[in-house]
Amino acid sequence: MARIIVVTSGKGGVGKTTTSAAIAMGLAKKGHKTAVIDFDVGLRNLDLIMGCERRVVYDFVNVINGEASLSQALIRDKNCNLLYILPASQTRDKDALSLEGVGRVLDELSKDFKYIVCDSPAGIEKGANLALYFADDAFVVTNPEISSVRDSDRMLGILSSKSRRAENGEEPIKEYLLLTRYEPSRVKSGEMLGLDDVQEILSLHLLGIIPESKTVLTASNAGSPVILNDKSEAGQAYADVVARYLGEKRPHRFIDGKKGFFSKLFGRKS
Amino acid sequence: MSTDPQRKPYTPPVLEFKSSTFFVPVLILYNNDLPAIEQVLQEKIRQAPDFFKNSPLVFDVQALNKHNYDLDIVALIDFLRKLGLFPIGIRGGNEQQNKQARELFLTIDAIRDSASAETRKPVIDEPAHKPEPVEQTVESVAAPAPASPATTLITYPIRSGQRIYAAGDLVVLSQVSAGAEIMAEGNIHVYNTLRGRALAGVQGNKDARIFCFDLQAELISIAGDYKTSEDFDEDLRKKPVQIYLQDRALFIKDIAKT
Repeated sequence: MARIIVVTSGKGGVGKTTTSAAIAMGLAKKGHKTAVIDFDVGLRNLDLIMGCERRVVYDFVNVINGEASLSQALIRDKNCNLLYILPASQTRDKDALSLEGVGRVLDELSKDFKYIVCDSPAGIEKGANLALYFADDAFVVTNPEISSVRDSDRMLGILSSKSRRAENGEEPIKEYLLLTRYEPSRVKSGEMLGLDDVQEILSLHLLGIIPESKTVLTASNAGSPVILNDKSEAGQAYADVVARYLGEKRPHRFIDGKKGFFSKLFGRKS
Repeated sequence: MSTDPQRKPYTPPVLEFKSSTFFVPVLILYNNDLPAIEQVLQEKIRQAPDFFKNSPLVFDVQALNKHNYDLDIVALIDFLRKLGLFPIGIRGGNEQQNKQARELFLTIDAIRDSASAETRKPVIDEPAHKPEPVEQTVESVAAPAPASPATTLITYPIRSGQRIYAAGDLVVLSQVSAGAEIMAEGNIHVYNTLRGRALAGVQGNKDARIFCFDLQAELISIAGDYKTSEDFDEDLRKKPVQIYLQDRALFIKDIAKT
């Protein structure tokens, strides 16, 4: 049986698709057969971030409607042969998704894959609800600003009440926090919420802090998930996230900002 | 391997019986007009969906049978289930109704409310020296709420957008997020940070109080009288407080100073 992960946030533009692409690639690179599904029907993006937009023939909605088989619609990643992408349809809207249809596709994928990553659309409407309904684990992507934190909190409420696990009274979805676009210098100057401020409200298991990094935009434009760039801090942070999710113990980084060579040698002055 | 015939190897038990106490709402019917019952029930459920969701239920037809009002319990059970309730037993049914209930796997008169009937009477009737027993009217006040309003205990965080309704007192051990709403017919205790809305005494109990460990609420209300965050005294923010109603005025007091 596959483990189904939903990457969700409530708020838009916080890094759900970037995160989905990075962790799906990370899991596959660790040797786990992984599928990543774009639930953002009508606003298809994942294929761009994964760099497979030129190879899309069939999509998620085609599979749900029985117009194509899963094997026809799944696109194998060119960097890692254990990673498959199921793109969203660009010409339809969220109403094309049905609970029964999504369940059927996930069931079929579960037979063959170890991890299924569901890239949720923003909002708390049908698309987002379907993306989280079947999940076992939830990666809640949050930016260190107050409206994103509030929306994540709302999402956590939905995760604990409107999922299949909640409805069947099973063990609840495991919830993890991913704090993205974090800038330690702005936290220090009081312009941005710090990790403690966010955790005071959400109190979740922290899977990782992804620092704000120019390499994320470059990677997106190049269609290559940022985790593949091991020189990038964001890429390293995502690699940590995947390792921690798989049970490795790694200390959290990028909370206090860069330490220069000398401060590393001699410790902080103040 | 040598075995000692004197000593029996330990085998874990297959099962055991334990006694537990549960609160189950009792639905007491005074009328056999099914559409009317359905309408009133729907309204009650709409007011407190979380309270009724998947709730087990015993229904009591004693009053009906006393007046020879016949009730189609098969239809009743059917729409109770459709409303998301789980009827588990019948009380005070006649022979025909009990037979039908048994066929639908409901228990018959198995759930006696000895506890509530006996403990309740002295408590409620004590001050008034009424000779005539008024059990029935007392129960009608409580129906379809639980026979005696239980304390609801919440141990998980209440997130933004979630609503909790308690028919009795509500005790919350985790934080209540901004944008969440907690309501109780009785008192509310929050042993953590209260950031959302808290409404106590929602059915009009003016003696209900709110206690919280860390006041950062958006709104607090007792029996309909409310204050928003803007009206709070700055000294009381992030303090442990109790909130109560006195002469139609809402007081927020630092618990350490009361």
